[in-house]
Amino acid sequence: MKKFAYYPGCSLEKMAQSYHLSAVETARMLGVELKELDDWNCCGATAYFHVDELLAHTLCARNLAMAEAEGMDLVAPCSGCYKNMHACNAHLKKDRDLAEHVNFALEEDNLHFAGKIKVRHLIEVFAEDLAAVKAKATNPLTGLKVAPYYGCQILRPRKFEHENVEEPQYFEDLLGALGATPVDFRLKLRCCGAALIITNREAALSMVRNLLQNAVDSGADVIATACPLCQVNLECYQDQVNAQFGTNFSVPVFYFTQLMGLAMGIPTKQLGVGTEFVAPPPAMLAACRKTAVV
Amino acid sequence: MATTVTFSREIANLLHAAGGEPVSSCMQCGTCSGTCPVSDFMDVRPQRLIRMIDAGLKDQVMATRSFWYCASCYQCTVRCPRGIDIAELMYGLKRYTIWKKQYPEDLIGPAFSETFVKNIVRTGRSYEPVLATSYFFTLGLKEMLQEAQGATMLMLKGRLPVLPARIKRLENFKRMIKRIIPIGDE
Ligand code: SF4
Ligand code: SF4
Repeated sequence: MKKFAYYPGCSLEKMAQSYHLSAVETARMLGVELKELDDWNCCGATAYFHVDELLAHTLCARNLAMAEAEGMDLVAPCSGCYKNMHACNAHLKKDRDLAEHVNFALEEDNLHFAGKIKVRHLIEVFAEDLAAVKAKATNPLTGLKVAPYYGCQILRPRKFEHENVEEPQYFEDLLGALGATPVDFRLKLRCCGAALIITNREAALSMVRNLLQNAVDSGADVIATACPLCQVNLECYQDQVNAQFGTNFSVPVFYFTQLMGLAMGIPTKQLGVGTEFVAPPPAMLAACRKTAVV
Repeated sequence: MATTVTFSREIANLLHAAGGEPVSSCMQCGTCSGTCPVSDFMDVRPQRLIRMIDAGLKDQVMATRSFWYCASCYQCTVRCPRGIDIAELMYGLKRYTIWKKQYPEDLIGPAFSETFVKNIVRTGRSYEPVLATSYFFTLGLKEMLQEAQGATMLMLKGRLPVLPARIKRLENFKRMIKRIIPIGDE
């Protein structure tokens, strides 16, 4: 059985609780153990790196060191947390001088960073075993057209690690394994505006509008996301987008884990379905009804 | 006598830590500006900003707000044919202006980031409502109403926390931070 140190991150504590619930349920179904990292701290979002780099690395490294102490790779469901932790891990491994500074601070909490673990995003962990997903998808999402929204933080910052960051396909493959139909979503890697929704509302709303428009144009019934920031920006600000641009969007936005859970017949309540602002589309509702009897 | 470090050198140092190529290798192809999803909202687009840095136009660079509008999406970094890590450069410039306390007064970004960090240094975790109030009052009436509406909706759906979460080993955590930056005892 695969076992990971699970780092939920601050958003999943409340704002994105449906992501947390569905991640845990889905993992259980797949026989992946997500053991919540004890006493984890905030990854800093983009703010730490705006203010002080050494502080930013130290705070991320505290989480990494705790996972190391438990001998497990760290898994993050939030793309922002994932990016910070992944980048910190890579930086500290490369820069021993920086690691030494960080370790000096970590001593205060009896921790030490040695660079022995990997940092993974939840979607990549699930997508690497499609056969297992397929085997459990007993309530397939037939006829559901889904826009796979990768967002920007999962892949792009890994450019210097020589990965294919421009043409990923695993989200589509994962949706296919659930019996859903992934649509050709051209802007699948484009930024949702992230914290600009607070610091530059005008720019962020226009970014959200472009994404919603592209999802509608590509024939999607629903957008699937792998990040709480993307989810909130795309779903909760649709009213403001509509007010600003005179549009009429009403696009459902769900976490990929919620779709996975549905396809596996997990009851909707356990997946946090019902806390969304935009109701599920018909093909999804059909699957929801079936979970009650599966 | 100490050698003076030029502005473009300082910025190069910031980039060195991130691992990208120096700005002097820029060939002004414009890919970064063309590909940036925020560039329509920037007063100076990435391509020109890079040239200004390379030319050492410190005052002009510091006066722009474009890097505070950067969403850190790494699109430019991925596409730059010269391997310049522009997204990290934008981060570097944000830090630089915060150190020097030189940024346009009406920007929300710096205050937001500083509040966010202060909050985490105190509790170990981020807490959305506290952050919300820090920028709430910078909004116009219309935006404020929309904002309140958004927050109320999240609240009604039980999606905003009532009390901030704290980490358990907070004392260790604070001492750890003190080894990095001088913070008072509150
Ligand atoms: S993409 Fe790179 S080389 Fe081209 S203008 Fe931008 S920084 Fe310069
Ligand atoms: S990282 Fe910043 S500058 Fe680069 S493309 Fe994204 S928003 Fe534009």
